Amino acid sequence: MSNDLKTIEPTLFELSRPGRLGASLPGCDVPEREPADLLPGVPLRGGVPLPELAEPDVIRHFLHLSSLNYCVDQGFYPLGSCTMKYNPKINDEAVRLPGFARIHPYQPEETCQGALEVLWQMQSALGAVLGMDAVSLHPSAGAHGEMLGLMLIRAYHDHHGQGKRRSVLVPKAAHGTNPASAARCGYKTVSIDTDARGLVDMGHLRTLLEQHEGDVAGLMLTNPNTLGLFEEDIVEICDVVHRAGGLMYCDGANMNALVGTARPGDMGFDVMHVNLHKTFCIPHGGGGPGAGPVGVKKILEPFLPVPQALRREDGTFTLDYERPLSIGKIGSFYGAFLAIVRAYAYIRHYGREHLAEISENAVLNANYLRARLGKTFEVAYDRTCMHECVFTLKAFKSHGVKALDVAKRVIDYGYHPPTMYFPLIVPECLMIEPTETESLETIDGFITAMESIAREAEENPQIILDAPHTAPVRRLDEALAARSLDLSWSSDRESSASAQGRTTTPGTGREAAATPVCEA
Amino acid sequence: MSDIRPGFRYTKSHEWVKVEGDTATIGITDHAQEELGDIVYIELPEVGRVLSADDVFGTVESVKAVSELYAPVSGEVVAVNEALSGSEAAINESPYETGWMITVKLKDPAEAGKLLDPDAYRSQIGE
Repeated sequence: MSNDLKTIEPTLFELSRPGRLGASLPGCDVPEREPADLLPGVPLRGGVPLPELAEPDVIRHFLHLSSLNYCVDQGFYPLGSCTMKYNPKINDEAVRLPGFARIHPYQPEETCQGALEVLWQMQSALGAVLGMDAVSLHPSAGAHGEMLGLMLIRAYHDHHGQGKRRSVLVPKAAHGTNPASAARCGYKTVSIDTDARGLVDMGHLRTLLEQHEGDVAGLMLTNPNTLGLFEEDIVEICDVVHRAGGLMYCDGANMNALVGTARPGDMGFDVMHVNLHKTFCIPHGGGGPGAGPVGVKKILEPFLPVPQALRREDGTFTLDYERPLSIGKIGSFYGAFLAIVRAYAYIRHYGREHLAEISENAVLNANYLRARLGKTFEVAYDRTCMHECVFTLKAFKSHGVKALDVAKRVIDYGYHPPTMYFPLIVPECLMIEPTETESLETIDGFITAMESIAREAEENPQIILDAPHTAPVRRLDEALAARSLDLSWSSDRESSASAQGRTTTPGTGREAAATPVCEA
Repeated sequence: MSDIRPGFRYTKSHEWVKVEGDTATIGITDHAQEELGDIVYIELPEVGRVLSADDVFGTVESVKAVSELYAPVSGEVVAVNEALSGSEAAINESPYETGWMITVKLKDPAEAGKLLDPDAYRSQIGE
């Protein structure tokens, strides 16, 4: 067990003592007046109960909170579908350069040519990696990229007199954001079955295309798919969808399996997003900012949002708003600029020659893990995988142990749990993505821990059912958190919660908390 | 072993049907609630909606997943279990009783006879 027993941290309000000060402010050099006298008739809140603490108490509070967090700088983080790779610190250094960190989006173009050049270079670099003709850097996350992609598909069909098309095909195993994005853009989603190989069921796809003839706007596909398997029929899938008048959308969440090795544009996809916070090394899981740039083929380029970074003939850079068919703006300014700089530094560090080493090692690590762990845990679709692999723990049910329990026990061994219960088509599912940045020793350590948990399931399942034992709290009441989502603090509630001992008894109660998830 | 009630009929998508005269009460099975985990939200149809068999009549959201509910039989919705909204835990605690979802007036009382009987449902879920 590598984790020390941790205790829960009281809130700043509980640590507050009347009259305690963190700073001495200079005396007021203007006459003091009551706010109510200065703002007659304006409703004033008054009496805001701010906590009173000394500076060391505040520093220790936040440092302790940060130590309760688990991050990839601390250890292995095999959260499938999220690509929690180590983020080299040199990319942060690039972001701190004053020419990037201290510019303002409204400053004149001639004073920030370097920043504009990065945007233009990044559009080209991502286009080259994805096999796409043009790239928009605007989307702030993967789901935002999906939404832009579907808006572009819609704009394309409208422009070609096909605006009546209303169906978007999505495999049953897809990321939940795919049907959600389609619905958000006014489309009806149609589910495609997964066949015994774990791939798109071609027979079912053909049937659906016939049933929805003339109505299919596009198909959204993750490749490799959410089982970590490469869609071998991708060329044929693109072909039949194109012949039915639809466009092909690639959810690039799993691009870490392909980068430098294969390009979705070459497979036949027309439009895709890629998560810079997965494949391209932006810190991930801390609430952002993420970035989900969208790449398109020539046919969709006219509809891209404004502005696009452009290099003029004289070699200077500008932001191009003169795009008559553009769908307009999809966010403020130019995307998550510093995230783009970080990812650009990462791409340039590898260069064209070495990018393939990312996907090669990600796939190698996942297959090593699949082959070794597959002796103890059942692989859902046992064939060569790409960058992640999916296990089903249905056999553990005979010990009364579920995937959720195993995930919680992983915490006691000092690792972040794998993704669980996704994709939905695999019962009692654990999805493990080691990424390319982990050493053989780290992966072996994790495998040993998982094997140990499997033995515990047979010999002493209660220790798994009671896990985690080393965290400040045990099982969070996710149902209560989802039913009454309320993240704001109020002095009334805090005092009643304290009276029930909620924050003072480590590891005993069920606590309501928002479920942490990785960004789409 | 999941609780499977004798005398009820079942679907492959894990709904149950209890037929009484020309009405049928519908919910999800004990196996379904066990697989879904803690249910946090449910969306049910309005009274008066006319359903055909296999129509989506609502959605159920658990901490794991959102699932659609499929009408096992055709008919008009005559009652909806309004008490579930805000007390979704009843579906986990008592899927066949207080966790019932809707009652429909059957279009064809013979239709439910085509659904899975308890033995067929038990083998469907691999028990």
